[in-house]
Amino acid sequence: MSTATTAPVGRMAALARAELTLLGRSRGTLFAALFVPLILPFSAREAAKQMDLAEVGLTLGTVLLPASMGFSLLYAVYVTLVSVYTARREELVLKRLRTGELRDNEILAGAAFPAVATGLAQCVVLTAGCAVLLDVGAPRAPHLAVLGLLLGFPLCATLAAVTASFTRSVESAQVTTLPVVFLSMIFSGMFVPLEILPDRVASLCELLPLTPVITLVRGGLTGELSAYEALGAVATALAWTVLGVFAVRRWFRWEPRR
Amino acid sequence: MNGNEHEHVIEVTDLRRVYGGGFEAVRGISFSVNRGEIFALLGTNGAGKTSTVELLEGLARPAGGRVRVLGHDPYAERAAVRPRTGVMLQEGGFPSELTVAETARMWAGCVSGARPPLEVLELVGLAGKTGVRVKQLSGGERRRLDLALALLGDPEVLFLDEPTTGLDAEGRRDTWELVRRLRDAGTTVLLTTHYLEEAEGLAERLAILHEGRIAAAGTPAEVTAAQPSRISFELPQGYFVGDLPPLDGMGVSGHEVDGRVVRLHTHELQRTATRLLVWAEGAAVELRRLDVRPASLEEAFLGIAREAAAEAAGTRTKEYAA
Repeated sequence: MSTATTAPVGRMAALARAELTLLGRSRGTLFAALFVPLILPFSAREAAKQMDLAEVGLTLGTVLLPASMGFSLLYAVYVTLVSVYTARREELVLKRLRTGELRDNEILAGAAFPAVATGLAQCVVLTAGCAVLLDVGAPRAPHLAVLGLLLGFPLCATLAAVTASFTRSVESAQVTTLPVVFLSMIFSGMFVPLEILPDRVASLCELLPLTPVITLVRGGLTGELSAYEALGAVATALAWTVLGVFAVRRWFRWEPRR
Repeated sequence: MNGNEHEHVIEVTDLRRVYGGGFEAVRGISFSVNRGEIFALLGTNGAGKTSTVELLEGLARPAGGRVRVLGHDPYAERAAVRPRTGVMLQEGGFPSELTVAETARMWAGCVSGARPPLEVLELVGLAGKTGVRVKQLSGGERRRLDLALALLGDPEVLFLDEPTTGLDAEGRRDTWELVRRLRDAGTTVLLTTHYLEEAEGLAERLAILHEGRIAAAGTPAEVTAAQPSRISFELPQGYFVGDLPPLDGMGVSGHEVDGRVVRLHTHELQRTATRLLVWAEGAAVELRRLDVRPASLEEAFLGIAREAAAEAAGTRTKEYAA
């Protein structure tokens, strides 16, 4: 009997390495993942300038940096992974992987690695870029921003798996990702900070999946987030992740519909 | 039957599989596979072969019945089973943009005690294709890549779902040779096929599946022996079936008349043939389109399909009591 058995980390690393190679060879996905999150914030910049930010205690930097990270989560992680999961399912790769020692969650996590790494790298670049170009200043509570991102990546990967469950082809992923992308951009405090929305609307928006991430990152920059608010944001993000995991277990399809 | 647990590497008892729409693909089948044996599940498309193998591979939970692979439930106790099995699906799924070597390396990282990837690629004759992207491989080459990956972990049990579909004659022979060598080295192989010669030439034992049930099972010789041989000929002008010598006296177990053509079924081919020819000689008639066929697996297979079709249509072949 063989003595050496594989460990989950080793298996996921092997899968992640293959996925990284594939990401490098997929021009379209690569472009969307790498450049959209880095370019989009500049279009938001003009809009942000029109807003009366000083009145609610915000600056251009504390609006644009969380927004940019939000774009990164949406495009580099969420949108990219919806097409990765869908493509691998339709190519029967997921089914083939399931015949081996990899467990279901290892397959999804391993395949997510390159996208998550891209997103993380972008967040670092964006932080550095905003610090230099927009004079953001040192973050007041960096741990909150880090916590926000740590919650954001698994959340977006989970949401991607849920969306992929309802996506029939890579082409239709362009449509099925729109609800999460648009709702998040408009109502999660990315384009429009919740601070300048009416209270009623704002408290509804706080329930959206990506809002807690943006709130924590912005709170990390401004330092103006009470422990109570931070806890609420963490709870919301965790709740969405748990809900997402449940949905994946219930609805994720490992092979194409016949 | 039961005795030593380790003798039966695969044990299937009253296995059922029902799909979401309510379609019952596997309807209560039982069989067992011994260690170091090649066992074939033979059947037409839609007979339930793949549905069955997927349950053995632990890809789905059965709707009823029991599966044991190496003494474990392959679905519930996957961690105990997966490191010891190798699987080749009917349709391999590999990212089209990876090269052969990259694919093998990825898979090797996910397999306990993996052999060097190049070694298994050599085994299936893909050593010269390591730098080629999967999308540029021919259908046959893709099947061989799939086989190579199934062999990476030196599995004790190998599941091969239609391993030679899409291969040319040479590729098919190479695969058979490889499977025999694996068996000789002690690997237990369960394969599905719709090629009769593959099942007959490769498998020690086989089961013919039809519409989710086992229609016949045993060694190829046993399955064949259960089937009658056939003699068919055209009745001479002016003669009728009743003009032949008494059929049961000739050892005929059943007959069909199709226009002028008579088909006799017999388990005593020599006796039936001799009586028929002696009669023809005596009557001085020529039996045109005379065709004498000993029982073969192909006949068994076609017979089972025919019988089932006739049963469905409500008209059975006339059979005498044995």
